[in-house]
Amino acid sequence: MKKLLAATAAAALTAGAAQAEDIKIGIILGFTGPIESLTPSMADGAELAIKEVSDSGLLLDGSTVTPVRADSTCVDAGAATAAAERLITSDGVKGIMGADCSGVTSAILSNAAVPNGVVMISPSATSPALSTADDNGLFFRTAPSDARQGVVMTEVLMEQGIEEVAVTYTNNDYGKGLADSFQAAFEEAGGTVTINAAHEDGKADYSAEVGALASAGGDRLVVAGYVDQGGSGIVRAALDTGAFDTFHFPDGMIGTQLEANFGDEIEGSTGQHPGTDSEGATVFAEIVGDAFDSTSPFTPESYDAAALMLLAMQAAGSSDPSVYKDKVMEVANAPGEPILPGELGKALEILAEGGDVDYVGATAVELIGPGESAGNYREIVVEDGVISTVKYR
Amino acid sequence: MDLLNALVAFANFVFIPAVAYGSQLALGALGVTLIYGILRFSNFAHGDTMAIGTMVTVLVTWWMQSVGISFGPLPTALLALPFGILGCMALVLVTDRMVYRFYRAQKAKPVILVIVSMGVMFIYNGLTRFIIGPDDQRFSDGERFIISARTFKEMTGLDEGLAFKTTQGITIVTAVIVVALLFWFLNRTRTGKSMRAYSDNEDLALLSGINPERVVMYTWLIVAALATVAGVLYGLDKSFKPFVYFQLLLPIFASAIVGGLGSPIGAIAGGFIIAFSEVTITYAWKKVLGYTLPESLEPDGLVQLLSTDYKFAVSFIILLIVLLFRPTGLFRGKSV
Repeated sequence: MKKLLAATAAAALTAGAAQAEDIKIGIILGFTGPIESLTPSMADGAELAIKEVSDSGLLLDGSTVTPVRADSTCVDAGAATAAAERLITSDGVKGIMGADCSGVTSAILSNAAVPNGVVMISPSATSPALSTADDNGLFFRTAPSDARQGVVMTEVLMEQGIEEVAVTYTNNDYGKGLADSFQAAFEEAGGTVTINAAHEDGKADYSAEVGALASAGGDRLVVAGYVDQGGSGIVRAALDTGAFDTFHFPDGMIGTQLEANFGDEIEGSTGQHPGTDSEGATVFAEIVGDAFDSTSPFTPESYDAAALMLLAMQAAGSSDPSVYKDKVMEVANAPGEPILPGELGKALEILAEGGDVDYVGATAVELIGPGESAGNYREIVVEDGVISTVKYR
Repeated sequence: MDLLNALVAFANFVFIPAVAYGSQLALGALGVTLIYGILRFSNFAHGDTMAIGTMVTVLVTWWMQSVGISFGPLPTALLALPFGILGCMALVLVTDRMVYRFYRAQKAKPVILVIVSMGVMFIYNGLTRFIIGPDDQRFSDGERFIISARTFKEMTGLDEGLAFKTTQGITIVTAVIVVALLFWFLNRTRTGKSMRAYSDNEDLALLSGINPERVVMYTWLIVAALATVAGVLYGLDKSFKPFVYFQLLLPIFASAIVGGLGSPIGAIAGGFIIAFSEVTITYAWKKVLGYTLPESLEPDGLVQLLSTDYKFAVSFIILLIVLLFRPTGLFRGKSV
């Protein structure tokens, strides 16, 4: 028994030591399910960063990195947990780039990542609930929490002197989370939310919903829904009955479909969605070229998630999750040399020499609070029936 | 002035939408009630019959729009409506020939026919999705408003706007015409009378020489016409989405049962009862009360009895109450 204990202790020691090895990184995304059209380019983005680091030969004395894909399904927590369990126990991954949807991400985190002590960096889970999840410091995300979007929305509206709004949200985790975080932020800033009511997607008639919203009143209607779904129905009914003339749209509502549906009928409406005009986005697009779509949602975030994980390993001098987890925030934020996409080799060199880097990446990463992106948003306004940028914040 | 504002707000958000919705439900419920009265089963495929008729109309409308045929300020769909009705009639007659006649010949129990109609419902459902897809389709054109909220405010100087959409106007007018035609047909023509006789007492009707197959055929033709008109009006006023038509089954059946299955007048009354209860119970009365009540009594809350999420629950509750206390419905139809 004593011998066995000694052996395991020795094994644990050597695992932490820096030596050339083949590091496996799990990429767990919903390759099947509701967002299956987005995930291929997200995975390509992450694998691009992994390849860049692996090919440089600079990580941990020439270690190589191999990605292993698994399917989160986006909706089935059981299947996602099983997939993550397989990655950790059978493939022996040192970190997980993922998962994508908020629900499966928290399931994997609490059932597989935390019990096994593996770091997770999600590129796209935006639920505010993940900010307070019990994660032992293992969970990060390069996507901003919707709580942050609520704050940004409040700032946009307050700057225009709008202090009374009605809110309607699509009845799911995204809509409810966003509407609640917005209400909290808006009321804290001294505004009034006259009503915070849900609407169901996929209905033909929203006159009853709009009747209630109109009765509650407000200077503007905040529609936290989907442009291809009930969100547009609500806007249409509100315009038809003359209940509201101007609206405020969070990310789910902003798209070319909005212009096509309403054009100049919603003149003066405002909104915001995650976006950045930083140098990194352009550089990222250049590196990717035609290999895959670099502007597809959450693809740059995926590149950044994988890059951050590997840079943290280099900074810690170890691929052991329990060691490098403390370095993720350090490499992501100032001070240090700013690192753009394609400069991962340079970053690895600086870190190897004991220097400090500030990973900027494709999405101007800045991790705040419990390890989530501060988030950059593009504020828009509808002018002459066209969505135009006001500024980035 | 305040009273006028209250009245306008009430009309804009409660009265006009409920009347339009009620007319659409009434037309749907008339179809269900005719089938129940004459063919003696609850036709679960009715919502999808509406969808099929509307789909044909939508396709013809698109074709007309592409070759430049228009109906001036009125929606082109009204011109395409007869084609939709013909398409729907052809389909239900083929269905009757291939499916229902077999069970009729066997004198199958109504409950078997109900299950058969569910099978037909799934086939129709698939057919619609296969041809036009599951997505939202817009096919309305022409003038959108008779009075828009903005012009009404400018005209009257009131704080509240009143919007009256062209489609709502058309719905109400068409519903009145169709219902008048139907009652004239049932009460005045020979075929209509033979249908009512067949409904009242099948054996007696057969004895007096009424051809049952003819009655069945006429019933299907009328039902197809009613379903298509109801479906097109609903689609014009709201939007056309196959799944929504499937969901409409609940309020339509609730309307027919509340009014009394088998009773055409009951179906119309039921349609309006369901529509008005759905809208009034989920409406937030804060604004209207704010205008009418003196300042000291003005409500702080929304004065909303039920959140709009529970709209469909209203139909269920009314259905339950009626079935518990008056199973034959308000107008003494057949018991279910």
